[in-house]
Amino acid sequence: MSAKDRTTLLFDRMIIGRALIDSFKKLNPSHQLKNPVLFVVLVVSVLTTGLLVQALAGHGEINTGFILAVTTWLWFTLLFANFSEAIAEGRGKAQAASLRRNRKDTMAKRVKVPEYGSEYTLVASKDLLKGNVVLAEAGDMIPMDGEVIEGIASVNESAITGESAPVIRESGGDRSSVTGGTTVLSDWLLIRITSNPGETFLDRMIAMVEGAKRKKTPNEIALSILLAALTIVFLLATVTLLPFSIYSVISSGHGSPVSVTVLAALLVCLIPTTIGGLLPAIGIAGMDRMIQANVIATSGRAVEASGDIDTLLLDKTGTITLGNRQAVAFVPAAGYTEEYLADVAQFASLSDETPEGRSIVVLAKTKYNIRERHVNELAAKFIPFTAETRMSGVDLGDGKIIRKGAVEAIEKYVKGAKSVFPDEMKDAASRIAKSGGTPLAVSENARVIGIIHLKDIVKGGIKERFAELRRMGIRTVMITGDNPMTAASIAAEAGVDDYLAEATPEAKLKLIREKQKEGHLVAMTGDGTNDAPALAQADVAVAMNTGTQAAKEAGNMVDLDSNPTKLIEVVRIGKQLLITRGSLTTFSIANDISKYFAIIPAAFVGIYPALGRLNIMHLATPESAVLSAVIFNAVIIIMLIPFALKGVPYKSVSASRLLRDNILIYGVGGIISPFIGIKLIDMMLVALRLVK
Amino acid sequence: MNLNGIVQSVIFLGILILSAKPLGIYMARVFEGRISANRWCGSVERLIYRFSGIDPDEEMHWTTYAFAMLAFNFLGLVVVYLLQRFQSILPLNPMHLPAVSPDSAFNTAISFATNTNWQGYAGEATMSYLTQMLGLAVQNFVSAATGIAVLVALVRGFVRRETRGIGNFWLDLVRSTIYILLPLSIFLSALLVSQGVVQTFKGYRVVQLVEPIKGSDGNKISTQTLAVGPVASQVAIKQLGTNGGGFFNVNSAHPFENPTPLSNLLEVLAILIISGALCYTFGYMVKDRRQGWALLIAMLLIFVPCLYMCMQIEQAGNPVFTSLGIDQTASTLQPGGNMEGKDARFGIANSVIWATATTAASNGSVNAMHDSFMPLGGLVPMWLIQLGEVIFGGVGSGLYGMIAFVILAVFIAGLMVGRTPEYLGKKIEAYEMKMATITILIPPAVVLLGTAVAVAYPAAKASILNPGVHGFSEVLYAFSSAGNNNGSAFAGLNANTPFYNIALGLAMFFARYWLAIPILAIAGSLAKKRIIPSSAGTLPTHTPLFICFLAAIVLMVGALTFFPALALGPIAEHLMVPSH
Repeated sequence: MSAKDRTTLLFDRMIIGRALIDSFKKLNPSHQLKNPVLFVVLVVSVLTTGLLVQALAGHGEINTGFILAVTTWLWFTLLFANFSEAIAEGRGKAQAASLRRNRKDTMAKRVKVPEYGSEYTLVASKDLLKGNVVLAEAGDMIPMDGEVIEGIASVNESAITGESAPVIRESGGDRSSVTGGTTVLSDWLLIRITSNPGETFLDRMIAMVEGAKRKKTPNEIALSILLAALTIVFLLATVTLLPFSIYSVISSGHGSPVSVTVLAALLVCLIPTTIGGLLPAIGIAGMDRMIQANVIATSGRAVEASGDIDTLLLDKTGTITLGNRQAVAFVPAAGYTEEYLADVAQFASLSDETPEGRSIVVLAKTKYNIRERHVNELAAKFIPFTAETRMSGVDLGDGKIIRKGAVEAIEKYVKGAKSVFPDEMKDAASRIAKSGGTPLAVSENARVIGIIHLKDIVKGGIKERFAELRRMGIRTVMITGDNPMTAASIAAEAGVDDYLAEATPEAKLKLIREKQKEGHLVAMTGDGTNDAPALAQADVAVAMNTGTQAAKEAGNMVDLDSNPTKLIEVVRIGKQLLITRGSLTTFSIANDISKYFAIIPAAFVGIYPALGRLNIMHLATPESAVLSAVIFNAVIIIMLIPFALKGVPYKSVSASRLLRDNILIYGVGGIISPFIGIKLIDMMLVALRLVK
Repeated sequence: MNLNGIVQSVIFLGILILSAKPLGIYMARVFEGRISANRWCGSVERLIYRFSGIDPDEEMHWTTYAFAMLAFNFLGLVVVYLLQRFQSILPLNPMHLPAVSPDSAFNTAISFATNTNWQGYAGEATMSYLTQMLGLAVQNFVSAATGIAVLVALVRGFVRRETRGIGNFWLDLVRSTIYILLPLSIFLSALLVSQGVVQTFKGYRVVQLVEPIKGSDGNKISTQTLAVGPVASQVAIKQLGTNGGGFFNVNSAHPFENPTPLSNLLEVLAILIISGALCYTFGYMVKDRRQGWALLIAMLLIFVPCLYMCMQIEQAGNPVFTSLGIDQTASTLQPGGNMEGKDARFGIANSVIWATATTAASNGSVNAMHDSFMPLGGLVPMWLIQLGEVIFGGVGSGLYGMIAFVILAVFIAGLMVGRTPEYLGKKIEAYEMKMATITILIPPAVVLLGTAVAVAYPAAKASILNPGVHGFSEVLYAFSSAGNNNGSAFAGLNANTPFYNIALGLAMFFARYWLAIPILAIAGSLAKKRIIPSSAGTLPTHTPLFICFLAAIVLMVGALTFFPALALGPIAEHLMVPSH
């Protein structure tokens, strides 16, 4: 199942059904209390319901039909807000459940003694506890997340990553981590379970999506404070209208004080119900988008922090470069042709299955059309690479002895055979090294015949990607184990802002600390156990799913695809989440202007008829004006749910451009659109003869 | 609006803007201690510290700073209260004025300690020279210095990194007073005396009327008592320190307080000059002068349209008079427009410039009666107050109030650029939001609740001299003025009653200290934070776009909070005036 398949339709029928029920369940005051804006709506709705009961009993403050209409729409406001939260939860759960579904109902082979071949008992995967050891053989599904303690096997992880090529998992080292729901294809593994049921990364993520356990993120808390303050301001502005209007009635001698029903309507229209209602949905949807990108975040805070990241530490290999060095040129020694060198080099590399070796064969073929010869046809003896000689090669049947290896290794080798390493070849080698490449010397019968230029190949389009990041204000730092010369050259080619050469895990940690001390927020990816300290230190740390358990525990996100470039996507999702919050807040507040122009003249035209001139929308009657504003206020929540769930459109442009665009769309748009909306609703109410 | 209005306002605004940079730099140097480093200047300062046992090197945590500020202000409050209560037995009381009533003394003590200078009393008939000089004038200095000190502490919060201290209250207080307020006041007093503002310790003068008149009882009146006193020295600081409490009851409409057009220009400039220059000081101290200009421009962006709107309305005159055939056009013989409650010396232009300046800043001195402005003309000063006194505002307090709005603006705008919000490299988090919203929330709460009680409580309603929609505006104005530490009055309201003295006293108290304390808390919290270097992803806070956004936020909060109340006051009144 690929990531694409997992993106749920925006409005799946099942999810809507559940969400509808949940909208009512969420009316529970203890739930609404978490959101001050909605709690006020609840209290006000209960109040107007009381007024309705009073009216039905024949003691209504104003006409019963109007109170009924206002009350109904106030309840709808609340239900719509709850619905937005419920549907976001539903989608999040559906996505997480589809990840989790794979591991349901597996029977695991739990061993008593952690040794291969010892006795096992079959237990349900859900009953496995942290520390249990299970055996997984070819064809078995790995029951839970865990760490390989013994064995080596190929594992199909497509259920999680969508990548069909099997991967190797073995004990020790950086490939010892296995994920529940993946399948062992060959051999066997002894796995120690690393989490109790309900505590896996996925479980943690699901918990964050679910209402009960969800904690507000720091920015959500700060925004809630702002919304609560606005609510208090509007509460004061509306409640004091009662004494103000009583005074005005007495002093003007006509009209009647504003009714509690109208005040209730005014209050709910003014307080930021739109953003207040959609706030939880926006947060949950941010997590959803992470899951869609195949990233499991272990805290909402991390998702938020990713929008703030201004420094990305990227591993060179696999992220910036294709991962392996490739041959790009042959430099022959005096007396040899390039083609001859290519021919010999290809011989030397025929059985060299390393990517570098393959690339030499490919280069010789593409550049000089030297056919790949079949190894078995030649009566050749291949000499494999050893750490001691640091060379590999071939002894051909015709007596030719070909070697290739590091320049120093070949130099030592030819000197041993009383030959010399030509100076011009040494120069060529150091030129290649200076340009960031790796020179490989080739000798034939202990005579140097040339040098192969190996080079890190920078991924296509990565430079543009970094330029885009720079426009967003994000600096990229390349991390590599290469020497500074090589690192500098690749850094220049890839267009990164900075690099850390000869990087050790300690140097990485130190770099992060320094950057943080300067005030930067740092994101990084990592997979090895020795990455763990740096991962723990970074503000946003994405651990590769293929990485070790230690790395996953230290990070605050796990990338199921184990794709280091994902960091860029993560930053994007974080930014989009914050922008959605800000834009809808602006929209919500901007809406209030029109509501005043609808409700204030309607409420006070009886006292001061001159105030009727403020009815610039020419709404039909005071009642239709109030009702139109209330209906608009409720309906807008439903209309904005897609924005909350998908996030507002986001382009990677500078902050100034973003601000300008968003102020125009959500600020100015937020002022104008409700004037149109309220007028349309009013016309509709009149057309349907719902108001007198 | 006519040519005179434009010329007068351009001169005023021009001098105001031009003075921002030199005065701003000078003040920044004062706060950074560079003036005291001078051996000659610093000697007085050091003497004060030695005499009062202050350790000038002590760095205060924000709570200590706040405590020092509160303790000092409370002490001042008590002194002013006692001076009023015992003025009859104290010296420098040539007119033998009796002790002030407890509720009025309470109100006045809070009023002057909080830099409000709401005056429920008539100065010349109530306060002895000693009370005026030792009580009120001293508070005019130190309440202004307190506002500046709190601002400077906040600025340090932005500048400093990962530290607990936000400066030393005593140092900031002393330096603001002796290097900024005192020299400027002495200079301005001298200029005012040159224009004819009186300055004497002698008692009130009885002078012969040129033409005797008949009193209401039929007796011939041939003499008049002219109130005098140490006026010039008091007027200078009441303007410069955005205090506004007049020596005389009619404040700067009185010819002995404000005799000539030149004295008028000097006094109205003095209202805004420090607050305006402090914006520059802010930019200077945070080492990004664009930030200071940005705040000043945002203020002007609201101030200038308000000024011209008010001027336009007042110059257009009263449509009721027009329909009666009364000539209200400006000519060489008359200023034209709505001249009710305005002094012929100042005309429409200078009355309106003053009215908007004194309400934009939390000054509250007047040279015309705001009560007599046209309904919308009066709405402008009232609304400027209701915006929270952040358009220039009080010295120090205006800018720190504005910075609370900036925090609000960067919070929303920051999210819209996809970052958790930050300002000047400091992250704005839940704690700062909480404190900033308190400062923004308190004044409207005080104003609305106070007004609600006043129009519902029978004893309070009795004070309303003009029942009806205008009476409502007067009450709303009174609480807006006290709840934002402005101090000007709409008049038409008998506010020297126990209810108003106590209610307005409490309003002034909350509005001052429940803003200053959260601001200091923000300063303390910011000082502890790291500074995040800016990048292309950082929200720029000096661009025209952000300046407009900030101004819009201030206007939106002010409009959304007060629109319903204003609709029942000036807006209803305006719509009820028969149109042209």
